[in-house]
Amino acid sequence: MTVTQTTFRDAIFDGAQERPLGLSDAIGQPAGRRFDVYRNNVAVSLSEALATGFPTIAKLLGEENFNAIAGIFLRQFPPTSPMMMHYGADFPTFLESFEPLAHLGYLGDVARLELGLRRSYHAADSTGVAPETLAEIPQDKLVDITANFAPAVSVQRSSWPIHAIWAFNMQDGPKPAAVAQDVLILRPEYDPLPHVLPPGAYECVTALMAGAKLGTAAEFGTEADEGFDLGATLGLLLTGNALTSFDVPS
Amino acid sequence: MFDAQHSPDHLPNRPGVGYKPQHYTSLIENPGTVGWLEIHAENYMGDGGRPIAQLRQLSERFPISVHGVGLSIGGEGALDADHLARLKHLVDWLNPTVFSEHLAWSTHEGAFLNDLLPLPYTQDTLNRVADHIDLLQETLGRQMMLENPSSYLAFDESTWSEPDFLREVSNRTGCGLLLDVNNVFVSATNLNYDPKQYIADYPLEKVGEIHLGGHDEDEDDHGKPLLIDSHGAPVVDPVWALLDHTLSLSGPRPILIEWDTDVPEWTVLHAEALRADKALSKVMS
Repeated sequence: MTVTQTTFRDAIFDGAQERPLGLSDAIGQPAGRRFDVYRNNVAVSLSEALATGFPTIAKLLGEENFNAIAGIFLRQFPPTSPMMMHYGADFPTFLESFEPLAHLGYLGDVARLELGLRRSYHAADSTGVAPETLAEIPQDKLVDITANFAPAVSVQRSSWPIHAIWAFNMQDGPKPAAVAQDVLILRPEYDPLPHVLPPGAYECVTALMAGAKLGTAAEFGTEADEGFDLGATLGLLLTGNALTSFDVPS
Repeated sequence: MFDAQHSPDHLPNRPGVGYKPQHYTSLIENPGTVGWLEIHAENYMGDGGRPIAQLRQLSERFPISVHGVGLSIGGEGALDADHLARLKHLVDWLNPTVFSEHLAWSTHEGAFLNDLLPLPYTQDTLNRVADHIDLLQETLGRQMMLENPSSYLAFDESTWSEPDFLREVSNRTGCGLLLDVNNVFVSATNLNYDPKQYIADYPLEKVGEIHLGGHDEDEDDHGKPLLIDSHGAPVVDPVWALLDHTLSLSGPRPILIEWDTDVPEWTVLHAEALRADKALSKVMS
């Protein structure tokens, strides 16, 4: 009786399925709950990996609910590589499409924020450009420069107060108010931190990240919000080591 | 600290510990009896950040053993080429003292199950494992060590004993072996054989590293003890005794304390390393 790895895997993921034949204890009796050690190891280790990777979601749902939901997710979306640091990329979309959680519409975006923080943590190192570099660029060239971003930087737009929800659960922040929030993830050295972006900044930073010239990116910001403050946004990027260099046209 | 007496291919015959980031400062400031560190390869495959930075720092002070937990050497399918490339990248830049992996499978048809799953000891398995190890050693350009698993059940189709199977894999591929003494104790209890006989059958001359860790206790359907490898508790006395027995036959070896879940404070982990040091001193004099 050959036990294939397909049989073994299917029986691990489906607890209702019969345990594979051909597996025994020491004296030739069917393995029984000895097989369940593997069922349990796989489910617990993947569930724990998700709880570690999505601590805010785990806190919001509570341990029991989180484990039940993780148990469904990990069977539909097992890891596709041994790089557990990246496990859960499908979790935000899964949370959004999971009917019983439909009343918690913010979960998907909060999970996306946590994915962003995790990616930032493992992103390649880079050295931020010195803040005075900007001052050394000739005034008439400033509008035409483009910026290169550190790999640890990302932005996220949400119609939910995702930063406030994260801060309330992870940093004892104040109770979240029902507002939309744009978030910028920066990693000055090794610890990623999310920052709320003021109106207009998301449009400007997104344009800069896409390679737009500074002048164009600033217009995107002003179009989105008349009070957009380019100086404040550049200041945030520079102090957070978000920019690795500027390309100045000759 | 590197010891010039030891060739770069061998860990020192000292206690080592599985590295956990919460012990970084203790290890840098006062590692005590700990002479080398082991890391799980998959945790250091990111592009950068603190994990890689800490590993660089530690590798300047300690011999490093890279222990893979995700290659699925016993998998029915081909080895994951992307993962093989990631291992090569890590081994190339870090240049660790040794590299080891498990006699187990964890990936099937693109899904990674994050556990070390068991294999039937048949000729088919042997051919496949040997082919995978050949490819791995060729890719890394170095010898690897293969570790004996913890078993909770047996495959009816098996035709080899585990020590004979490991010896044959080693003979065919030239790989070294890693002997996990706690796994021997767990498997022997679960499958009702004499752990000392297993040690007697194991090709100790090929063992370049010994593992020790804690396990949990459960029962099977018939009330028989079912031990589960957990790496979340102190090493139990019968396993220390089995270590003494092993060392009396093998002579001194590098000994790793593995503690991966419910990771204790440094002093608790260091006390386990001290006990391993004591076991070593008995066979070094």
